[in-house]
Amino acid sequence: MEIYLPIADIPVNLFLLFFMGIAVGFISGMFGIGGGFLMTPLLIFIGISPAVAVASVASHISASSFSGVMAYWRRSAIDLALALMLLCGGIIGTAAGVWLFSFLRSIGQLDITIGLSYVTLLSIVGGMMIAESMRAILRARQGKPAELRRPGSHTWIHGLPFKIRFKQSKIYVSAIPVVVIGFLIGFIGAVMGIGGGFLLVPALIYLMRVPTGVVVGTSMFLTLVTMTGATVMHAATNHLVDAVLALTLMVGGVIGAQFGARAGQRIRGEQLRLLLGILVFMVGLRFAYDLILQPDELFSVRHLENGM
Amino acid sequence: MRRLGIALAALLLAFGLNGEARAEHLVVALSTHQVQINSSFVGTDLVLFGAIERDEKTVARSGGYDIVVRVTGPPQTEVTRRKSRVLGIWVNSESRVFLEAPGYLAMLSNRPVNEIAGPEVLRRYRIGLENVTLPQLISGDIGDVPLSDPFRMAFLRLNRELRLYREVPNAVTFFAPHLFRAAIRMPANVPVGTYIVDVILFSEGVMLGTSNSAIEIQKVGFEQFVASSAHEHGLLYGLATAGLALLTGWIASVVFRRD
Repeated sequence: MEIYLPIADIPVNLFLLFFMGIAVGFISGMFGIGGGFLMTPLLIFIGISPAVAVASVASHISASSFSGVMAYWRRSAIDLALALMLLCGGIIGTAAGVWLFSFLRSIGQLDITIGLSYVTLLSIVGGMMIAESMRAILRARQGKPAELRRPGSHTWIHGLPFKIRFKQSKIYVSAIPVVVIGFLIGFIGAVMGIGGGFLLVPALIYLMRVPTGVVVGTSMFLTLVTMTGATVMHAATNHLVDAVLALTLMVGGVIGAQFGARAGQRIRGEQLRLLLGILVFMVGLRFAYDLILQPDELFSVRHLENGM
Repeated sequence: MRRLGIALAALLLAFGLNGEARAEHLVVALSTHQVQINSSFVGTDLVLFGAIERDEKTVARSGGYDIVVRVTGPPQTEVTRRKSRVLGIWVNSESRVFLEAPGYLAMLSNRPVNEIAGPEVLRRYRIGLENVTLPQLISGDIGDVPLSDPFRMAFLRLNRELRLYREVPNAVTFFAPHLFRAAIRMPANVPVGTYIVDVILFSEGVMLGTSNSAIEIQKVGFEQFVASSAHEHGLLYGLATAGLALLTGWIASVVFRRD
């Protein structure tokens, strides 16, 4: 069933969109991530312009993270104080990201920036996740106990001023790195159309020493607020959020996420991280392939909005 | 089909009543003057009927008649970019801005345009995709460029691939010596706005007359509502979409709640 998307200005198959929502939702529920880094490239692949894809995916992530936040909220697995502190940076980062997005679009370098950011970020993060989970799997095979990462093992980050005690996470750290991490996640999310969960979770675990139990809930809360903010800001400045596209994706997404979450509980943690690492790395490689190989068509035509 | 019948009847009526003209005169009717884009829009086909009107005093044309139908979409500003390799990766480097380029352009005829008239005539009346004027913004000045300009050629090629620009040498058919029909195909990605339909009559390479009319393409109903709210009330639209997202997430968490 073809449906004409009012902002993307092309007809697409409604069921195709819905199933893409379910598939990405399944993966996002399984790994506890937003799934934007998969959805945005998929939308671009079926012919939606990168700008509309990035802006519309923000609202899709907002929906799936809200249902996640509700579940973690009931289990009180969200550190609100930490999340609000991350948000201070996150909101500014999102605004800066939306601004850069408009600027790059006006000078014609948006697609290349999205492409390059995907390659660098995904291949580095994917590679790190694969290496880390392989080590964990090998250790488990050899019967050694899991590597101890004590909250007490301090780094230079813990020497910074403006220390705040976050009770629920049981950490006592400077506000500076928390705000900076929030800023970067908000910024990257707005430019690349990703929630940034797959970046925030490792950052909180390895840099901030936040206990794993509250990390996913807190990260989802941050994703929820930044992506809801990004939806409003993209709509207000670039007029590129396609509500029909977003609604179809989010309905499929929240359904898929429920089944994904159940599937995820049956797989061991390190194996889950290895799978996610491979997935992230493959998406990165796919983008690298497009950038390095000579394209068949060197020219592109883009319609300019009035007044731009 | 009923609409087509009425159009044809009106045409035949006009054809029969008017008898004063000495030179050929074109009478044209379109199957519709309004195309509406709704949620099930996947493109549309329009039909144009036309008659070549003549009387006893009109000179005989031994070579027969040729018809070119040119449909020009609303003018748009488009930018064409060329990629080149920088530090091992392919990035957009050069770009050209095309001002007032037609958002849609169809050149329909009863036989290949280069058989209808000579190259100068075709260029003068801007017939054939090669001969369309595409003014570019070149360092502050506005001007057309040679036909061999790579950006101009790429612009035409890409629009052809999008099916927004088309040249169909058999889209016009004569079903009687002086009566013709043209099929105008509009793909799903047509821009909204006013389209100009020019019908140009030729005989033996000489332009004899033209006729023009217009088609309006617009979004209607829900599509129109969404598109106009997104552009005119961006903030409100964003808040509504965000609210919709939260509602969807909330419904899902209630429906699938297990604890």
